[in-house]
Amino acid sequence: MGVLELENVTLELGGKPILNGLTIDFWAGHVHALIGPNGAGKSTLANAIMGLSGYRDIEGEIRFEGEPLNGLSVDERARRGLTLAWQEPARFEGLGMRQFILAGAKDKSRKRLEAVLAQVGLDPNKYSDRAVDKTLSGGERKRIELASILAMEPKAVLMDEPDSGIDVAALDHIFEALRALKANGATVILITHSMAVLKQAEHAFLMCCGQIIDKGPVEKIGAYFKDKCIACDHVNQPLNGGIE
Amino acid sequence: MTTDDLVQRLLESAGVKPSHVLGEDVARLQVHENKVIGSHVVPGLEVVVDERPDGIAAQIVVRKGVHIAKPVHMCFGVLPERGLQHIVLDIRMEEASNASILAHCTFPNAVDVTHKMDAEITVAPGATYNYFERHVHGKEGGVLVEPRAHVTLHEKARYRTEFELIRGRVGGIDLDYVTDCAAHSVLEMLARVGGRGDDRITIRETCHLNGEYARAVLQSNIALRENASAEVFNTITASANGARGHVDCKEIVQGNGLAKAVPIVEVNHPGAHVTHEAAIGSVDSKQLETLLSRGLSEDDAVDLIIEGLLS
Repeated sequence: MGVLELENVTLELGGKPILNGLTIDFWAGHVHALIGPNGAGKSTLANAIMGLSGYRDIEGEIRFEGEPLNGLSVDERARRGLTLAWQEPARFEGLGMRQFILAGAKDKSRKRLEAVLAQVGLDPNKYSDRAVDKTLSGGERKRIELASILAMEPKAVLMDEPDSGIDVAALDHIFEALRALKANGATVILITHSMAVLKQAEHAFLMCCGQIIDKGPVEKIGAYFKDKCIACDHVNQPLNGGIE
Repeated sequence: MTTDDLVQRLLESAGVKPSHVLGEDVARLQVHENKVIGSHVVPGLEVVVDERPDGIAAQIVVRKGVHIAKPVHMCFGVLPERGLQHIVLDIRMEEASNASILAHCTFPNAVDVTHKMDAEITVAPGATYNYFERHVHGKEGGVLVEPRAHVTLHEKARYRTEFELIRGRVGGIDLDYVTDCAAHSVLEMLARVGGRGDDRITIRETCHLNGEYARAVLQSNIALRENASAEVFNTITASANGARGHVDCKEIVQGNGLAKAVPIVEVNHPGAHVTHEAAIGSVDSKQLETLLSRGLSEDDAVDLIIEGLLS
Protein backbone atom coordinates (compact mmCIF):
# COMPACT_ATOMS: atom_id res chain seq x y z
CA MET A 1 0.00 0.00 0.00
CA GLY A 2 1.22 3.51 -0.73
CA VAL A 3 2.36 5.67 2.15
CA LEU A 4 1.93 8.69 -0.08
CA GLU A 5 -0.92 8.57 -2.54
CA LEU A 6 -2.05 11.07 -5.12
CA GLU A 7 -5.40 10.63 -6.73
CA ASN A 8 -6.38 12.50 -9.84
CA VAL A 9 -4.33 15.55 -8.85
CA THR A 10 -4.64 18.56 -11.13
CA LEU A 11 -2.99 21.94 -10.73
CA GLU A 12 -3.07 24.99 -12.95
CA LEU A 13 -0.53 27.76 -12.66
CA GLY A 14 -1.07 31.00 -14.54
CA GLY A 15 -3.98 29.44 -16.40
CA LYS A 16 -1.83 26.57 -17.67
CA PRO A 17 -2.37 22.99 -16.55
CA ILE A 18 0.89 21.75 -14.99
CA LEU A 19 -0.39 18.59 -13.30
CA ASN A 20 -3.03 16.74 -15.31
CA GLY A 21 -5.14 14.31 -13.33
CA LEU A 22 -2.11 12.62 -11.86
CA THR A 23 -2.54 9.40 -9.89
CA ILE A 24 0.43 7.77 -8.20
CA ASP A 25 1.30 5.64 -5.14
CA PHE A 26 4.68 5.74 -3.39
CA TRP A 27 5.37 2.63 -1.31
CA ALA A 28 6.54 2.94 2.25
CA GLY A 29 10.27 2.55 2.89
CA HIS A 30 11.22 2.44 -0.79
CA VAL A 31 13.37 4.76 -2.89
CA HIS A 32 11.38 6.03 -5.86
CA ALA A 33 12.51 8.12 -8.78
CA LEU A 34 10.33 10.54 -10.65
CA ILE A 35 12.07 11.16 -13.96
CA GLY A 36 11.11 13.31 -16.87
CA PRO A 37 12.25 16.16 -19.07
CA ASN A 38 12.51 19.75 -17.91
CA GLY A 39 9.07 21.27 -17.58
CA ALA A 40 7.31 17.93 -17.10
CA GLY A 41 5.89 19.09 -13.77
CA LYS A 42 8.18 17.12 -11.42
CA SER A 43 9.15 19.99 -9.12
CA THR A 44 5.59 21.31 -9.22
CA LEU A 45 4.42 17.92 -8.03
CA ALA A 46 6.92 17.99 -5.13
CA ASN A 47 5.86 21.51 -4.19
CA ALA A 48 2.19 20.53 -4.31
CA ILE A 49 2.78 17.49 -2.10
CA MET A 50 4.63 19.69 0.42
CA GLY A 51 1.89 22.32 0.18
CA LEU A 52 4.16 25.25 -0.64
CA SER A 53 2.67 28.67 -1.19
CA GLY A 54 1.26 28.94 -4.72
CA TYR A 55 0.98 25.16 -5.13
CA ARG A 56 -1.79 24.38 -2.67
CA ASP A 57 -4.81 24.99 -4.86
CA ILE A 58 -5.10 21.51 -6.29
CA GLU A 59 -7.99 19.37 -7.46
CA GLY A 60 -7.89 15.73 -6.45
CA GLU A 61 -6.52 14.34 -3.22
CA ILE A 62 -3.10 13.83 -1.68
CA ARG A 63 -2.99 11.33 1.22
CA PHE A 64 -0.16 10.55 3.59
CA GLU A 65 -0.48 7.40 5.68
CA GLY A 66 -4.11 7.26 4.59
CA GLU A 67 -4.95 10.78 5.82
CA PRO A 68 -5.64 13.66 3.40
CA LEU A 69 -3.03 16.42 3.28
CA ASN A 70 -5.19 18.87 1.30
CA GLY A 71 -5.76 21.99 3.37
CA LEU A 72 -2.85 21.37 5.72
CA SER A 73 -0.06 23.95 5.98
CA VAL A 74 3.58 23.15 5.22
CA ASP A 75 4.51 22.80 8.89
CA GLU A 76 1.51 20.56 9.59
CA ARG A 77 2.59 18.28 6.76
CA ALA A 78 6.16 18.32 8.10
CA ARG A 79 5.01 17.42 11.58
CA ARG A 80 3.30 14.36 10.07
CA GLY A 81 6.71 13.28 8.82
CA LEU A 82 6.94 14.68 5.29
CA THR A 83 9.70 17.00 4.13
CA LEU A 84 11.36 18.44 1.06
CA ALA A 85 15.00 18.94 0.06
CA TRP A 86 15.08 21.95 -2.24
CA GLN A 87 16.87 21.93 -5.60
CA GLU A 88 18.50 25.23 -4.60
CA PRO A 89 18.47 25.44 -0.82
CA ALA A 90 17.95 28.79 0.88
CA ARG A 91 20.79 30.60 2.60
CA PHE A 92 20.29 32.26 5.95
CA GLU A 93 22.42 35.20 6.97
CA GLY A 94 23.89 34.64 10.40
CA LEU A 95 21.95 31.48 11.18
CA GLY A 96 24.27 28.95 12.79
CA MET A 97 24.71 25.42 11.52
CA ARG A 98 23.40 23.95 14.75
CA GLN A 99 20.28 26.11 14.74
CA PHE A 100 19.50 25.21 11.15
CA ILE A 101 20.38 21.54 11.03
CA LEU A 102 18.70 20.71 14.31
CA ALA A 103 15.68 22.98 13.74
CA GLY A 104 13.35 20.03 13.14
CA ALA A 105 15.26 17.42 15.15
CA LYS A 106 14.05 15.77 18.33
CA ASP A 107 17.65 15.22 19.46
CA LYS A 108 19.21 18.70 19.56
CA SER A 109 22.56 17.67 20.99
CA ARG A 110 25.92 18.63 19.53
CA LYS A 111 26.63 14.92 19.15
CA ARG A 112 23.65 14.62 16.81
CA LEU A 113 24.80 17.65 14.83
CA GLU A 114 28.24 16.14 14.38
CA ALA A 115 26.81 12.76 13.41
CA VAL A 116 24.60 14.09 10.61
CA LEU A 117 27.36 16.37 9.29
CA ALA A 118 29.66 13.36 9.11
CA GLN A 119 26.92 11.39 7.32
CA VAL A 120 26.95 13.91 4.47
CA GLY A 121 30.75 13.95 4.38
CA LEU A 122 31.31 17.33 6.06
CA ASP A 123 33.94 17.57 8.78
CA PRO A 124 32.11 18.57 11.99
CA ASN A 125 35.23 20.38 13.22
CA LYS A 126 35.13 22.67 10.21
CA TYR A 127 31.38 23.12 9.80
CA SER A 128 29.66 22.90 13.20
CA ASP A 129 30.22 26.55 14.06
CA ARG A 130 29.72 28.09 10.63
CA ALA A 131 26.67 29.98 9.43
CA VAL A 132 24.32 28.67 6.72
CA ASP A 133 25.01 31.69 4.57
CA LYS A 134 26.44 32.73 1.25
CA THR A 135 29.98 31.74 2.23
CA LEU A 136 28.99 28.13 1.53
CA SER A 137 29.28 26.70 -1.96
CA GLY A 138 26.22 25.28 -3.67
CA GLY A 139 27.43 21.75 -3.02
CA GLU A 140 28.09 22.41 0.67
CA ARG A 141 24.69 24.01 1.08
CA LYS A 142 23.05 21.00 -0.57
CA ARG A 143 24.76 18.58 1.81
CA ILE A 144 23.79 20.73 4.81
CA GLU A 145 20.19 20.61 3.61
CA LEU A 146 20.41 16.83 3.65
CA ALA A 147 22.04 16.85 7.08
CA SER A 148 19.06 18.80 8.42
CA ILE A 149 16.72 16.24 6.88
CA LEU A 150 18.68 13.34 8.38
CA ALA A 151 18.45 15.06 11.78
CA MET A 152 14.69 15.43 11.40
CA GLU A 153 14.22 11.66 10.87
CA PRO A 154 11.26 12.09 8.51
CA LYS A 155 8.95 9.35 7.29
CA ALA A 156 9.08 10.57 3.70
CA VAL A 157 11.44 12.88 1.81
CA LEU A 158 10.98 14.60 -1.52
CA MET A 159 14.45 15.30 -2.95
CA ASP A 160 14.33 17.75 -5.82
CA GLU A 161 17.28 17.34 -8.17
CA PRO A 162 19.67 16.10 -5.46
CA ASP A 163 22.66 16.23 -7.81
CA SER A 164 22.29 19.77 -9.12
CA GLY A 165 25.31 21.90 -8.26
CA ILE A 166 27.13 18.89 -6.83
CA ASP A 167 30.53 17.62 -7.97
CA VAL A 168 31.15 13.92 -8.51
CA ALA A 169 32.95 13.37 -5.19
CA ALA A 170 30.19 15.05 -3.21
CA LEU A 171 27.54 13.07 -5.06
CA ASP A 172 28.71 9.90 -3.29
CA HIS A 173 27.96 11.57 0.04
CA ILE A 174 24.50 12.53 -1.19
CA PHE A 175 23.87 8.91 -2.12
CA GLU A 176 25.17 7.73 1.26
CA ALA A 177 22.74 10.07 2.97
CA LEU A 178 19.98 8.72 0.81
CA ARG A 179 20.83 5.17 1.88
CA ALA A 180 20.87 6.31 5.52
CA LEU A 181 17.37 7.72 5.13
CA LYS A 182 16.19 4.43 3.66
CA ALA A 183 17.91 2.49 6.44
CA ASN A 184 15.93 4.59 8.91
CA GLY A 185 12.75 3.44 7.17
CA ALA A 186 12.04 6.64 5.28
CA THR A 187 10.31 6.70 1.92
CA VAL A 188 12.44 8.66 -0.55
CA ILE A 189 11.19 10.28 -3.74
CA LEU A 190 13.97 11.44 -6.04
CA ILE A 191 13.01 14.07 -8.57
CA THR A 192 15.53 14.02 -11.36
CA HIS A 193 16.48 13.91 -14.97
CA SER A 194 19.84 12.38 -14.18
CA MET A 195 20.60 8.75 -14.95
CA ALA A 196 23.11 8.61 -12.05
CA VAL A 197 20.43 9.62 -9.58
CA LEU A 198 17.85 7.35 -11.19
CA LYS A 199 20.10 4.35 -10.52
CA GLN A 200 19.78 4.93 -6.77
CA ALA A 201 16.06 4.19 -6.91
CA GLU A 202 14.18 0.91 -6.64
CA HIS A 203 11.22 2.00 -8.77
CA ALA A 204 10.78 4.72 -11.32
CA PHE A 205 7.94 6.80 -12.66
CA LEU A 206 8.21 8.57 -15.99
CA MET A 207 6.54 11.94 -16.07
CA CYS A 208 5.68 14.06 -19.06
CA CYS A 209 3.21 16.88 -19.55
CA GLY A 210 2.00 16.73 -15.96
CA GLN A 211 1.13 13.05 -16.19
CA ILE A 212 2.69 9.76 -15.18
CA ILE A 213 3.08 8.04 -18.50
CA ASP A 214 4.85 4.91 -17.31
CA LYS A 215 6.21 3.21 -14.23
CA GLY A 216 8.29 0.18 -13.50
CA PRO A 217 11.84 -1.04 -12.97
CA VAL A 218 14.54 1.60 -13.03
CA GLU A 219 16.34 -0.08 -15.96
CA LYS A 220 13.28 -0.07 -18.19
CA ILE A 221 12.20 3.48 -17.42
CA GLY A 222 15.80 4.69 -17.58
CA ALA A 223 16.39 3.11 -20.96
CA TYR A 224 13.24 4.64 -22.39
CA PHE A 225 14.06 8.07 -20.95
CA LYS A 226 17.60 7.94 -22.33
CA ASP A 227 16.60 6.70 -25.78
CA LYS A 228 13.40 8.59 -26.34
CA CYS A 229 12.81 11.46 -23.92
CA ILE A 230 16.22 13.12 -24.09
CA ALA A 231 16.04 13.22 -27.86
CA CYS A 232 12.33 14.01 -28.04
CA ASP A 233 11.44 17.24 -29.81
CA HIS A 234 7.83 17.09 -28.56
CA VAL A 235 8.87 18.44 -25.19
CA ASN A 236 6.12 17.68 -22.73
CA GLN A 237 3.67 17.01 -25.53
CA PRO A 238 3.51 13.20 -25.80
CA LEU A 239 1.85 12.27 -29.06
CA ASN A 240 -0.26 9.45 -27.67
CA GLY A 241 -0.55 10.50 -24.06
CA GLY A 242 1.72 7.61 -23.10
CA ILE A 243 4.29 5.14 -24.32
CA GLU A 244 3.73 1.74 -25.76
CA MET B 1 24.36 47.74 49.27
CA THR B 2 28.15 47.50 49.02
CA THR B 3 30.03 48.53 45.92
CA ASP B 4 30.95 44.89 45.29
CA ASP B 5 27.28 43.92 45.46
CA LEU B 6 26.43 46.66 43.00
CA VAL B 7 29.12 45.45 40.60
CA GLN B 8 27.74 41.91 40.85
CA ARG B 9 24.19 43.10 40.19
CA LEU B 10 25.27 45.26 37.26
CA LEU B 11 27.19 42.42 35.64
CA GLU B 12 24.42 39.90 36.26
CA SER B 13 21.84 42.22 34.71
CA ALA B 14 24.06 42.42 31.61
CA GLY B 15 24.37 38.62 31.45
CA VAL B 16 28.10 38.75 32.18
CA LYS B 17 29.74 36.14 34.39
CA PRO B 18 31.82 38.08 36.94
CA SER B 19 34.55 35.44 36.81
CA HIS B 20 35.08 36.32 33.12
CA VAL B 21 35.82 39.98 33.71
CA LEU B 22 37.15 40.35 37.25
CA GLY B 23 40.52 38.65 36.75
CA GLU B 24 43.81 40.48 37.24
CA ASP B 25 44.62 40.20 33.54
CA VAL B 26 41.39 41.90 32.44
CA ALA B 27 41.21 45.68 32.44
CA ARG B 28 37.79 47.03 33.38
CA LEU B 29 35.67 50.04 34.12
CA GLN B 30 32.25 49.71 35.75
CA VAL B 31 29.98 52.70 36.07
CA HIS B 32 26.57 52.85 37.74
CA GLU B 33 24.71 56.08 37.05
CA ASN B 34 27.47 58.66 37.62
CA LYS B 35 29.67 56.62 39.95
CA VAL B 36 32.69 54.51 39.11
CA ILE B 37 32.07 51.30 41.07
CA GLY B 38 34.95 49.27 39.70
CA SER B 39 38.10 49.75 37.69
CA HIS B 40 41.33 48.01 36.93
CA VAL B 41 44.07 48.65 34.39
CA VAL B 42 46.76 46.55 32.81
CA PRO B 43 50.23 47.69 31.68
CA GLY B 44 50.13 50.02 28.68
CA LEU B 45 46.56 51.12 29.36
CA GLU B 46 45.80 54.41 31.10
CA VAL B 47 42.33 55.34 32.29
CA VAL B 48 41.46 58.65 33.92
CA VAL B 49 37.86 59.09 35.01
CA ASP B 50 36.05 62.18 36.19
CA GLU B 51 32.67 61.75 37.88
CA ARG B 52 30.15 64.40 36.87
CA PRO B 53 26.63 65.20 38.09
CA ASP B 54 25.00 63.41 35.12
CA GLY B 55 27.58 60.73 34.34
CA ILE B 56 31.30 60.35 33.83
CA ALA B 57 34.06 61.53 31.52
CA ALA B 58 36.87 59.08 30.83
CA GLN B 59 40.12 59.43 28.98
CA ILE B 60 41.46 56.09 27.83
CA VAL B 61 44.88 55.75 26.26
CA VAL B 62 46.60 52.67 24.90
CA ARG B 63 50.29 53.46 24.69
CA LYS B 64 52.43 53.18 21.57
CA GLY B 65 53.11 49.62 20.47
CA VAL B 66 51.13 48.05 23.33
CA HIS B 67 48.96 45.03 22.53
CA ILE B 68 46.38 44.37 25.20
CA ALA B 69 45.79 40.65 25.14
CA LYS B 70 42.32 40.37 26.66
CA PRO B 71 39.42 42.66 25.78
CA VAL B 72 38.97 45.57 28.12
CA HIS B 73 35.57 45.22 29.75
CA MET B 74 33.33 48.21 30.33
CA CYS B 75 29.95 48.08 31.96
CA PHE B 76 27.67 51.10 32.08
CA GLY B 77 24.29 50.86 33.69
CA VAL B 78 21.38 52.34 35.53
CA LEU B 79 19.56 49.86 37.72
CA PRO B 80 16.71 52.09 39.02
CA GLU B 81 13.64 52.75 36.88
CA ARG B 82 14.58 56.37 36.21
CA GLY B 83 17.82 58.18 35.57
CA LEU B 84 20.25 59.88 33.24
CA GLN B 85 23.68 58.61 32.39
CA HIS B 86 25.94 60.67 30.16
CA ILE B 87 29.21 58.99 29.23
CA VAL B 88 31.93 61.13 27.66
CA LEU B 89 34.81 59.12 26.26
CA ASP B 90 38.12 60.26 24.84
CA ILE B 91 39.80 57.16 23.47
CA ARG B 92 43.28 57.34 22.02
CA MET B 93 45.01 54.40 20.45
CA GLU B 94 48.63 55.35 20.03
CA GLU B 95 50.80 54.27 17.10
CA ALA B 96 50.86 50.51 16.39
CA SER B 97 48.84 49.70 19.51
CA ASN B 98 46.14 47.05 19.58
CA ALA B 99 43.16 46.68 21.90
CA SER B 100 39.55 45.57 22.01
CA ILE B 101 36.82 46.88 24.26
CA LEU B 102 33.71 44.91 25.13
CA ALA B 103 31.12 47.26 26.57
CA HIS B 104 27.85 46.18 28.18
CA CYS B 105 25.20 48.83 28.70
CA THR B 106 22.44 47.60 30.97
CA PHE B 107 19.13 49.20 31.93
CA PRO B 108 17.05 46.23 33.05
CA ASN B 109 14.36 48.10 34.99
CA ALA B 110 14.14 51.26 32.94
CA VAL B 111 10.90 53.15 32.78
CA ASP B 112 12.44 56.53 32.03
CA VAL B 113 16.19 56.29 31.54
CA THR B 114 18.36 58.29 29.15
CA HIS B 115 21.79 56.95 28.23
CA LYS B 116 23.97 59.30 26.21
CA MET B 117 27.46 58.71 24.95
CA ASP B 118 29.75 61.26 23.35
CA ALA B 119 32.97 59.70 22.17
CA GLU B 120 36.02 61.08 20.45
CA ILE B 121 38.09 58.19 19.18
CA THR B 122 41.52 58.54 17.63
CA VAL B 123 43.32 55.57 16.16
CA ALA B 124 46.93 56.45 15.36
CA PRO B 125 48.95 55.10 12.39
CA GLY B 126 49.12 51.31 12.33
CA ALA B 127 46.93 50.88 15.41
CA THR B 128 43.99 48.49 15.68
CA TYR B 129 40.93 49.15 17.79
CA ASN B 130 37.84 46.95 18.16
CA TYR B 131 34.79 48.13 20.07
CA PHE B 132 31.79 45.89 20.72
CA GLU B 133 28.84 47.43 22.51
CA ARG B 134 26.03 45.19 23.73
CA HIS B 135 22.88 46.67 25.22
CA VAL B 136 20.61 44.85 27.63
CA HIS B 137 17.28 46.55 28.20
CA GLY B 138 14.18 45.65 30.18
CA LYS B 139 10.75 44.78 28.83
CA GLU B 140 9.24 48.23 29.24
CA GLY B 141 11.11 50.05 26.51
CA GLY B 142 11.63 53.05 28.72
CA VAL B 143 15.17 53.79 27.54
CA LEU B 144 16.41 56.52 25.24
CA VAL B 145 19.88 55.72 23.90
CA GLU B 146 21.86 58.45 22.16
CA PRO B 147 25.37 57.35 21.20
CA ARG B 148 27.49 59.87 19.30
CA ALA B 149 31.01 59.24 18.15
CA HIS B 150 33.58 60.95 16.01
CA VAL B 151 36.32 58.61 14.91
CA THR B 152 39.61 59.55 13.27
CA LEU B 153 41.55 56.75 11.60
CA HIS B 154 45.09 57.67 10.71
CA GLU B 155 47.19 55.90 8.08
CA LYS B 156 46.91 52.11 8.18
CA ALA B 157 44.73 52.24 11.27
CA ARG B 158 41.98 49.66 11.66
CA TYR B 159 38.72 50.11 13.52
CA ARG B 160 35.96 47.56 13.87
CA THR B 161 32.82 48.26 15.83
CA GLU B 162 29.60 46.43 16.52
CA PHE B 163 26.56 47.89 18.21
CA GLU B 164 24.04 45.30 19.37
CA LEU B 165 20.64 45.91 20.89
CA ILE B 166 18.64 42.72 20.69
CA ARG B 167 17.89 41.86 24.32
CA GLY B 168 14.85 43.58 25.75
CA ARG B 169 12.93 46.48 24.25
CA VAL B 170 14.87 49.19 22.44
CA GLY B 171 12.73 52.10 23.55
CA GLY B 172 14.33 54.82 21.49
CA ILE B 173 17.74 54.86 19.90
CA ASP B 174 19.36 57.65 17.95
CA LEU B 175 22.85 56.57 16.93
CA ASP B 176 25.16 58.93 15.11
CA TYR B 177 28.73 57.94 14.22
CA VAL B 178 31.07 59.85 11.90
CA THR B 179 34.45 58.49 10.81
CA ASP B 180 37.29 60.09 8.86
CA CYS B 181 39.59 57.58 7.21
CA ALA B 182 43.15 58.35 6.15
CA ALA B 183 45.18 56.39 3.61
CA HIS B 184 45.12 52.57 3.84
CA SER B 185 42.91 52.63 6.92
CA VAL B 186 40.08 50.13 7.37
CA LEU B 187 36.69 50.68 8.97
CA GLU B 188 34.02 48.05 9.69
CA MET B 189 30.87 49.29 11.35
CA LEU B 190 27.95 46.99 12.14
CA ALA B 191 24.72 47.77 13.94
CA ARG B 192 22.29 45.02 14.90
CA VAL B 193 19.03 46.10 16.45
CA GLY B 194 15.72 44.32 17.06
CA GLY B 195 12.70 46.51 17.75
CA ARG B 196 9.18 45.73 18.87
CA GLY B 197 6.23 47.48 20.49
CA ASP B 198 6.51 51.18 19.64
CA ASP B 199 10.33 51.23 19.60
CA ARG B 200 11.91 53.95 17.48
CA ILE B 201 15.30 53.37 15.86
CA THR B 202 17.41 55.93 14.02
CA ILE B 203 20.88 55.04 12.78
CA ARG B 204 23.23 57.49 11.10
CA GLU B 205 26.63 56.19 10.16
CA THR B 206 28.86 58.38 8.05
CA CYS B 207 32.29 57.58 6.72
CA HIS B 208 34.62 59.83 4.76
CA LEU B 209 37.25 57.91 2.82
CA ASN B 210 39.74 60.75 2.51
CA GLY B 211 42.96 58.82 2.01
CA GLU B 212 44.18 56.61 -0.79
CA TYR B 213 43.10 52.97 -0.55
CA ALA B 214 41.04 53.61 2.57
CA ARG B 215 38.28 51.03 2.92
CA ALA B 216 34.99 50.90 4.78
CA VAL B 217 31.91 48.74 5.23
CA LEU B 218 28.84 50.11 6.97
CA GLN B 219 26.29 47.44 7.75
CA SER B 220 22.96 47.65 9.53
CA ASN B 221 20.78 44.63 10.29
CA ILE B 222 17.41 45.56 11.75
CA ALA B 223 14.36 43.48 12.64
CA LEU B 224 11.07 45.20 13.38
CA ARG B 225 7.94 43.72 14.87
CA GLU B 226 4.57 45.03 16.02
CA ASN B 227 4.63 48.85 15.63
CA ALA B 228 8.37 49.44 15.76
CA SER B 229 9.98 51.75 13.23
CA ALA B 230 13.50 52.30 11.95
CA GLU B 231 15.28 54.82 9.79
CA VAL B 232 18.80 54.09 8.61
CA PHE B 233 20.88 56.82 6.98
CA ASN B 234 24.28 55.40 6.06
CA THR B 235 26.67 57.54 4.07
CA ILE B 236 30.07 56.92 2.51
CA THR B 237 31.99 59.58 0.68
CA ALA B 238 35.16 58.66 -1.22
CA SER B 239 37.60 61.28 -2.44
CA ALA B 240 40.89 59.46 -3.02
CA ASN B 241 42.36 56.99 -5.45
CA GLY B 242 41.73 53.33 -4.57
CA ALA B 243 39.20 54.13 -1.86
CA ARG B 244 36.61 51.36 -1.55
CA GLY B 245 33.37 51.39 0.38
CA HIS B 246 30.17 49.42 0.77
CA VAL B 247 26.92 50.31 2.51
CA ASP B 248 24.65 47.41 3.39
CA CYS B 249 21.27 47.62 5.09
CA LYS B 250 18.97 44.68 5.77
CA GLU B 251 15.67 45.14 7.52
CA ILE B 252 13.02 42.52 8.22
CA VAL B 253 9.59 43.94 8.88
CA GLN B 254 6.81 42.04 10.62
CA GLY B 255 3.37 43.20 11.77
CA ASN B 256 2.95 46.97 11.43
CA GLY B 257 6.66 47.71 11.54
CA LEU B 258 7.90 50.59 9.41
CA ALA B 259 11.37 50.62 7.86
CA LYS B 260 13.26 53.21 5.86
CA ALA B 261 16.79 52.97 4.49
CA VAL B 262 18.62 55.84 2.84
CA PRO B 263 22.06 54.77 1.67
CA ILE B 264 24.06 57.72 0.35
CA VAL B 265 27.24 57.23 -1.64
CA GLU B 266 29.31 60.11 -2.93
CA VAL B 267 32.42 59.61 -5.02
CA ASN B 268 34.74 62.51 -5.86
CA HIS B 269 37.63 60.65 -7.42
CA PRO B 270 37.65 58.49 -10.59
CA GLY B 271 39.77 55.86 -8.85
CA ALA B 272 37.35 55.38 -5.97
CA HIS B 273 34.49 52.90 -5.86
CA VAL B 274 31.55 52.71 -3.47
CA THR B 275 28.58 50.35 -3.62
CA HIS B 276 25.36 50.06 -1.65
CA GLU B 277 22.73 47.45 -1.06
CA ALA B 278 19.47 47.69 0.85
CA ALA B 279 16.95 44.94 1.36
CA ILE B 280 13.78 45.70 3.27
CA GLY B 281 10.80 43.45 3.54
CA SER B 282 9.14 40.56 5.16
CA VAL B 283 10.89 37.31 5.89
CA ASP B 284 12.19 35.60 2.76
CA SER B 285 9.55 33.08 1.70
CA LYS B 286 12.04 30.38 0.74
CA GLN B 287 13.82 30.63 4.08
CA LEU B 288 10.47 30.50 5.83
CA GLU B 289 9.15 27.51 3.90
CA THR B 290 12.41 25.65 4.39
CA LEU B 291 12.04 25.90 8.16
CA LEU B 292 8.31 25.14 7.96
CA SER B 293 9.16 21.99 6.03
CA ARG B 294 11.26 20.91 9.02
CA GLY B 295 8.18 21.18 11.21
CA LEU B 296 8.70 24.59 12.84
CA SER B 297 5.62 26.74 13.36
CA GLU B 298 5.53 30.00 11.44
CA ASP B 299 6.24 32.04 14.59
CA ASP B 300 9.23 29.87 15.52
CA ALA B 301 10.55 29.97 11.95
CA VAL B 302 10.34 33.79 11.81
CA ASP B 303 12.05 34.03 15.21
CA LEU B 304 14.88 31.84 13.99
CA ILE B 305 15.38 33.82 10.77
CA ILE B 306 15.45 37.10 12.73
CA GLU B 307 17.82 35.58 15.28
CA GLY B 308 20.14 34.73 12.40
CA LEU B 309 19.97 38.23 10.93
CA LEU B 310 20.78 39.79 14.29
CA SER B 311 23.32 37.21 15.43
